[in-house]
Amino acid sequence: MTGLSFADAIQLLLVGLSQGCLYSLIAIGLVLVYKATEQVNFAQGEFMMLGAFVGYQFIVLWGLPYWLGALLTLVFMGGFGYGVDALVVRRLTGQPVFTVFILTLALGIALRAVAGIVWGFGNYSLPDPIEGNLALGPVIIGWSSVLAILVTAIVASGLYAFFRYARQGVAMQALSLNQLAAFYMGIPVKRLTSSIWAMSAIFGAIAGLLLGPVTLVSTQMGFVGFKAFAGAIVGGFGSIPGAVLGCLLIGVTEPFFDIMFPTFKGIGAYLIMFLVLLIRPEGLLAQIYAKKV
Amino acid sequence: MSEVLKVRNVETMYGRVMAIRGVSLSVREGTVVTVMGSNGAGKTTILKTISGALDPFKGEITFKGKAITGLDPDVIARTGVAHSPEGREVFALLSVKDNLMMGAYCRKDRDEVARDFEKVLGWFPVLREFLDKQAIYLSGGQQQMVALGRAFMARPSLMLLDEPSLGLSPRLISEIFAIIKRINVEEGMTMLLVEQNASVALPAADFGYVLETGRIVMEGERDVLMNSADIREFYLGIKADSARGDRRWKARKTWR
Ligand SMILES: Nc1ncnc2c1ncn2[C@@H]1O[C@H](COP(=O)(O)OP(=O)(O)OP(=O)(O)O)[C@@H](O)[C@H]1O
Ligand SMILES: [Mg+2]
Repeated sequence: MTGLSFADAIQLLLVGLSQGCLYSLIAIGLVLVYKATEQVNFAQGEFMMLGAFVGYQFIVLWGLPYWLGALLTLVFMGGFGYGVDALVVRRLTGQPVFTVFILTLALGIALRAVAGIVWGFGNYSLPDPIEGNLALGPVIIGWSSVLAILVTAIVASGLYAFFRYARQGVAMQALSLNQLAAFYMGIPVKRLTSSIWAMSAIFGAIAGLLLGPVTLVSTQMGFVGFKAFAGAIVGGFGSIPGAVLGCLLIGVTEPFFDIMFPTFKGIGAYLIMFLVLLIRPEGLLAQIYAKKV
Repeated sequence: MSEVLKVRNVETMYGRVMAIRGVSLSVREGTVVTVMGSNGAGKTTILKTISGALDPFKGEITFKGKAITGLDPDVIARTGVAHSPEGREVFALLSVKDNLMMGAYCRKDRDEVARDFEKVLGWFPVLREFLDKQAIYLSGGQQQMVALGRAFMARPSLMLLDEPSLGLSPRLISEIFAIIKRINVEEGMTMLLVEQNASVALPAADFGYVLETGRIVMEGERDVLMNSADIREFYLGIKADSARGDRRWKARKTWR
């Protein structure tokens, strides 16, 4: 690694960390839905893209103050996620997992098309939530990257507390462990499941709002979802801490990989996934307990 | 005494297979009613149909005077039916405490819930030391206690108990049935108990039904059933004096 000073390395590390945090936000959404319903939402990346476009609509096109626009985006996307489950996915319960797989895949394609028709197929810029950079000696990092790290930390610890201490959080765990038993307890399983979809769309939208200023908003930005996917798989897919860990691992190693092997730029995430699966096929933090058949 | 539950002519299908064929039964307030039958008789299907996990093809179910046929199971649970399912079905990775509290998910009366929680631990003192442990690490018997406690925590008007004796040692069975009886007597809890094991279910019950391949073939007060020769021979395992191995009870047609 000639030519890479210590400061450069720290710089890359922080950039990678904040990138990994954005993957984590998307992956948390994936894992939440998977744990609750054993369904994989292949449109999660497109949820993020839609969140970014909706934010673009509110903040750039309509000129709302940034934080108001961001808040409205999250509210809108929460409603959207809830609706996707309540109006579409819920009707497929009892159908083979494959049906939902195809459905969410199709939903992702449809969302890309709709976003393109509504907003266009170009690249659009979204303002940074916080302008400017933070200088730590020779290391310079954008405040938005710091914010990404902070927001992810808050979301992750907030979720932890929610699932551990809140009545609804425990009930969401209960329904993901044993849906029928949860029904028998009078837990409003359908409403809570849709709420989980809402949460996962909101986390996707947060990622979209944070990623938009970095990569520009476009119909293609949802493909970042694949990296989140890889991170979730690295973590064992059924585990939220695992998904965060996997995404951070991918985010942090990616910039170093891209510098060392410029010709293979962009495939570092999948190489890591491949390596981890070779060594630990069950993922880093696989669930200790396999659901009985 | 009023009827809490009334099941009229219910038929439930699995695809094209009819698992219960025109079952009628009723449960009076404060009583324990048992449905006895062997493997595959349709006991679990009856309970699932009552609690809404399965929709009946035909027939009507009324609970506290209101039709509940075809409602979602969580809606039925909130009207006051607590189903303790076959195989216990505890929330494996939740602590025992959270499992019990999930039973009380729909209750708002915090103080009463806390009192009932203590009550459950009073009935099943072994659970106290496992409160923070995940339910999956409990023995089958302890999990059964969690399942019963969890159902009670809902403070339902009717408990549906699906084979609480399943897979337990004889000693544990009698312990658990003693508690079931206590919940009935001390709390005035109405129960519908389905069991293969008639020799423990019938003594705990006030009224019994015998289910065979989806049909009710006999019913009566506990004492009447206990003294019936058929029940004694085929469900309680007490041989009649002149019993011969090949005498099929169906052939006697005493309950058709
Ligand atoms: N999911 C299912 N699909 C198809 N048939 C089923 C299903 N569940 C049960 N059956 C059939 O319905 C009938 C009644 O089953 P049920 O589970 O109600 O019996 P049970 O009396 O509870 O038996 P056990 O004592 O073994 O628990 C059986 O013949 C069974 O094969
Ligand atoms: Mg059964």
